[in-house]
Amino acid sequence: MLRRHVCLAVVACTVLCTTIALAQTTLETVKSRGKLVCGVNTGLAGFATVGPDGKWYGFDVDYCRALAAAIFNDADKVEFRPLTAQARFTALQAKEIDVLSRNTTWTLSRDTSLGLNFAVILFYDGQGLMVPAKTQVKSATNLDGATICVQSGTTTELNLADYFRRLQIKFTPVVFETIDQTYAAYDSGRCDAVTSDVSQLLAQKTTLKQPNDHVVLADVMSKEPLGPAVRHGDDQWLDIIKWVAFGLIQAEEFGVTSKNIGSFADTKDPNIRRFLGAEGGLGTMLGLSDDFMARVMRLVGNYGELFERHLQPLHLARGVNNLWTQGGLLYAPPFR
Amino acid sequence: MSPPIPFYRNVRVLAWLAQVTFALGVVGLGWLLLSTMLGNLQKQGLPISFAFLPQPAGFGISEGLPFQPSQSYLTAFGVGVVNTLRAAVTGIILATLLGIGTGVARLSHNWLLERLATLYVETFRNVPLLLWLVFTYAAIRDTLPRLREGPALLWGTVLMSNRGIALAWPQTSATYHAFQPWLLAGLGVGLGVWGWMTFRRRGAASQRRALGCSLAVCVALWTSGFLWTWMTTHLPPVVWSVPHIAGFNYQGGIVLSPEFAALLFGLVVYTASFIAEIVRAGILAVPKGQGEAARALGLSDRQTFVLIIFPQALRVIIPPLINQYLNLTKNSSLAIAVGYPDLFSIGLTINNQTGQAIPFVVMIMVTYLSMSLLTSWILNLLNRRLALKTR
Repeated sequence: MLRRHVCLAVVACTVLCTTIALAQTTLETVKSRGKLVCGVNTGLAGFATVGPDGKWYGFDVDYCRALAAAIFNDADKVEFRPLTAQARFTALQAKEIDVLSRNTTWTLSRDTSLGLNFAVILFYDGQGLMVPAKTQVKSATNLDGATICVQSGTTTELNLADYFRRLQIKFTPVVFETIDQTYAAYDSGRCDAVTSDVSQLLAQKTTLKQPNDHVVLADVMSKEPLGPAVRHGDDQWLDIIKWVAFGLIQAEEFGVTSKNIGSFADTKDPNIRRFLGAEGGLGTMLGLSDDFMARVMRLVGNYGELFERHLQPLHLARGVNNLWTQGGLLYAPPFR
Repeated sequence: MSPPIPFYRNVRVLAWLAQVTFALGVVGLGWLLLSTMLGNLQKQGLPISFAFLPQPAGFGISEGLPFQPSQSYLTAFGVGVVNTLRAAVTGIILATLLGIGTGVARLSHNWLLERLATLYVETFRNVPLLLWLVFTYAAIRDTLPRLREGPALLWGTVLMSNRGIALAWPQTSATYHAFQPWLLAGLGVGLGVWGWMTFRRRGAASQRRALGCSLAVCVALWTSGFLWTWMTTHLPPVVWSVPHIAGFNYQGGIVLSPEFAALLFGLVVYTASFIAEIVRAGILAVPKGQGEAARALGLSDRQTFVLIIFPQALRVIIPPLINQYLNLTKNSSLAIAVGYPDLFSIGLTINNQTGQAIPFVVMIMVTYLSMSLLTSWILNLLNRRLALKTR
């Protein structure tokens, strides 16, 4: 018995030591595994949901598929790992996932003390409040003494407290672990209001019993820049995460879509030729193949297409999430 | 005389060596794991530190001791500890009462009572606690009426809705300070009377009389003080705070939140079903002859049970009961599933905001460990008192 235990311990030790010794880069790990492991939301309409066919759909999901397309030339080589707000950072730190694409707000403390690197802002959001229309609440200042449902482990929890402290009004937070519980509690009347990023409020509004009986207030309490995040310590991987995201934006600026990508095969524009990998060798610099963005376009689509596919149905306007040429904030550095 | 045994054939030395080697192995493995973890955390730029504790928490807590977001993480953690203790202590008391009742009912000669108790035990014991919690919470949330549509029971002293149950609750008024000396005097005089009477005479009967007398003196002083304050100031020192709906929520009284209610209900009914079986086993473990002898001496059924059977059954009951109390306390960490801000739930939030996973785990572990050790220490003292004294 004892001998077996000692033996087990030795084996465990050996395995541990070899893993430490053979530290691979994230790209190598992903390639040798044959698929990308991507942390997504447990269920948020428009960003990450499971469709009736059992596949994942959504804006955050399509970003992961774009990464897989860039690496493997196959957008389906992704394993989606649904994560609660509480579990997401630990999952990334513990190397359970390669990239976190889960409507996560970029903040200074997360970027540093959580050991994360945020690559790029893919969606500019802000925190809002939703209330039942019949309560006649017109702004947050009317909510003195209200009970507010909120999801735990989010920046939302902190912004809410900050905002109400600034307005000097009292509130009681009721904190739930999952999105579903939070909105079920709000829908049943347990809370007077529910708070979250406006995109999420609009997405969840469609799932309530009577969607038209609820309004999202005009107050925006905070800036919520959402984007993919990776672990500290692998710059090449961070670059890939960053430039695939920039590629989605740049493609829209060039007017390259999943439908018309074929027509750019013999384009004369040197910028587009570099972008699609016909010249310049940009992909190789990232450790990918040169046509990585052409693959992404063929298999997934550009930023505008993703927005149209997943967020337009929620009645979300492009707003600031538009190209800089259209008066928005999306601006990709040059591909050269 | 035989030659001395070489050490490698000396069984005692070998056994000793094996133990030392094993201990060294365990320590070595622990050290390896710890240093790997610390090294990796250092590499990721996440050094372990408790420096975040005095920082302002920045988030609100729904219930428990008054807490402001500007207070520290440590205070928030303390609020969580108190919330856990609140659920655990109330849960233990209620589960014990329900468990004993059900356990006795399972041995009843009343067919219906016995069947009902069996049904209860088998239903609750065989379904996971988490399921009961989620189910109870959803039931409270979705079946109880909304705040303004809820019923007012018992002349408005009890209000009910899916915001919770609001009860009328005594509250000190402006004249309370005038009543306070009477309160202390009643306590002091009562204690004095009790001490004097028990000192003067010993024996069960006189002790009972001493207790009765001292209680009577104490209550008499309190009542006269209460009335005196009321008469002289035209305001009773303690008044009822009656709940009412104002603004968005209940005001006044005491509010039992649906989250706490769901957690308490789940913990109590689940644990009580196990306690019932322990009680039943304990009672059945008392030899039949004890009950027969008691009845032969002319004791009634009730006396037989209270004086003869149950005290002996307790010796069998208490050790496994300690386990159930510990389970209940630890199971209260499932509170996160129903939105009750217990120690674990608040701890998770702190971890999420600060990224200090290791200190968080250590703090949570130490807290649960001390709670459990304290519970078993107290109950072991009780167990030792009740144990059979043999000479």
